[in-house]
Amino acid sequence: MHLTRTARTVLGVLMAAGLAVVHVPLLLVVLNSFNADRSFAWPPSGLTGEWWVRAVHSQGVRDALWTSLKAGLAATAIALVLGVLAAFAVHRHRFFGRQTVSFLVVLPIALPGIVTGIALNAAFRTVLDPLGIGFGLFTVIVGHTTFCVVIVFNNVAARLRRIAPSLAEASADLGARPAQTFRHVTLPALRSALFAGALLAFALSFDEIVVTTFTAGPGTETLPIWIYENLARPNQAPVINVVAALLIALSVIPVYVAQRLSSDSAGGRL
Amino acid sequence: MDPSLDGDQGLTGRQPVTSPKESTPKAASRPARPARPGRPGRFGRPGRPGRPARAGARLRLAALLTPPLLWLGLAYLGSLAVLLLSAFWTTDSFTSDVVHLWNTDNFRTVLTDPVYRTITLRTLGVAVAVTLIDALLAFPMAFFMARVASGRWRRALLVAVLTPLWAGYLVKAYAWRVMLGEHGLVNAVLAPLGLSGPGYGLPAVVLVLAYLWLPYMILPVFAALERLPTHHLEASADLGAGAWRTLRLVVLPAVRPALFAGSVFTFSLSLGDYLTVQIVGGRTQLLGNVIASQVTLDLPLAAALSAVPVVLIVCYLAAVRRAGALDSL
Repeated sequence: MHLTRTARTVLGVLMAAGLAVVHVPLLLVVLNSFNADRSFAWPPSGLTGEWWVRAVHSQGVRDALWTSLKAGLAATAIALVLGVLAAFAVHRHRFFGRQTVSFLVVLPIALPGIVTGIALNAAFRTVLDPLGIGFGLFTVIVGHTTFCVVIVFNNVAARLRRIAPSLAEASADLGARPAQTFRHVTLPALRSALFAGALLAFALSFDEIVVTTFTAGPGTETLPIWIYENLARPNQAPVINVVAALLIALSVIPVYVAQRLSSDSAGGRL
Repeated sequence: MDPSLDGDQGLTGRQPVTSPKESTPKAASRPARPARPGRPGRFGRPGRPGRPARAGARLRLAALLTPPLLWLGLAYLGSLAVLLLSAFWTTDSFTSDVVHLWNTDNFRTVLTDPVYRTITLRTLGVAVAVTLIDALLAFPMAFFMARVASGRWRRALLVAVLTPLWAGYLVKAYAWRVMLGEHGLVNAVLAPLGLSGPGYGLPAVVLVLAYLWLPYMILPVFAALERLPTHHLEASADLGAGAWRTLRLVVLPAVRPALFAGSVFTFSLSLGDYLTVQIVGGRTQLLGNVIASQVTLDLPLAAALSAVPVVLIVCYLAAVRRAGALDSL
């Protein structure tokens, strides 16, 4: 298809405009975190680092960050185990209900977060509460794990599909036992997929708010919940800007790592 | 991945062999192939699909499957079952306590109350609008990335498009709350033109949701366009088709499954959203908000209501499945 010069220019302009729209709101948040004006009226009246200092010393932000880290790490660890097991089962074996397993793994992200959230909420209320297990970090971790499994599963399953079976065959021909083949051949080939899956799962857990809202008790506040709770409070707005700016800055890391880890058009969340 | 695209690529891979120029040297090297029939490696594959499962393999499978199935079966399916069950219970209107009395009143309310019908239609409209906007925005951007930009630029653009995906849902919705505010950037830019921004309300919800889900649409479309064999476009041009005709008859059919795959995300995420609506929606009521606000007041009604987006999504999935969308997810 021969694109005329005009067509190329039009496409280029659309691309630039699209990118501008995508990035301007984020840049504005970063800029606003230095905005001396509390109401963030445009244009800024002056620049200040005061909000950053205040955010660093905010106990609420620190506690929320700590809770988010704990929930994210625990959910990632459990999801890593469950996702790998499910991926191996679906990839290495053919059995009745194989499609159902793949479907079951994907279901928690295919259905809207609010449905997952209130389903877990209802279940915890009717089952766990009578057992004396209240809403808290534990229920948040259970909720997060449920939708993190699919991320690990997808990454590992995609990699398993791409590993040439001849590698394992060669290993077996050379006399390696299945366990040795797994340790020396399969695991190294899977390593970057495991890492990517874990990273994506952690990022998803760190960002998740809907399921968290319905599974966290009153005392458990993750960072997104903290932001959301404080959105309505005008005197917290500067600190929210700083936290948001920080999260935007940190978001570059997973993209960078994902690009390094895989040559294909990676970085896709799913 | 989309099977039809894969088929096309298989064709491309074989094409050079049959092309007159290269046929002679390839043909010469051919006899090497039949020399190794029945590759010995075929045998040693442990537990490959299709082979009869031995007792050991069955045991291993059970060990692999039990933990994830227990977790997802208990924690997730169990929860969904509790939710579905509770839709058949009632709430005491004085104490807000759930009364375990089996009835179908909640579903009747959801289906017949005109308020819920309006909200459902509005939510559906938002989801369709967001999907269309994203498709219209994503196509030229993905096309530029995959077909016009080259090499390092393509990678840089991909990173530029993907980075916001990671900035976090809440951060982005919050960014737009600041942008759309009375003294925000949107009004400041439009004021000299004598215009004003949409403010908080239904248009803002559509705008912000389209913004949030845009990368989910760009990614699959970009991947499909990148996979599209160049000689398909060349053949179309050789046969005398102009750029528009090629776009309509060659590019769009190849990209359609990817567009549908992206639409699964934009559509389903829009149907369930309630935070964006609360952040920039003003008084707008969508399904997600109604469900969220009913959870503590009247769980059985919220449960019955949440069946609506689930049914809509399942219908949508069934519809796009025929277009091959699910294979390219």
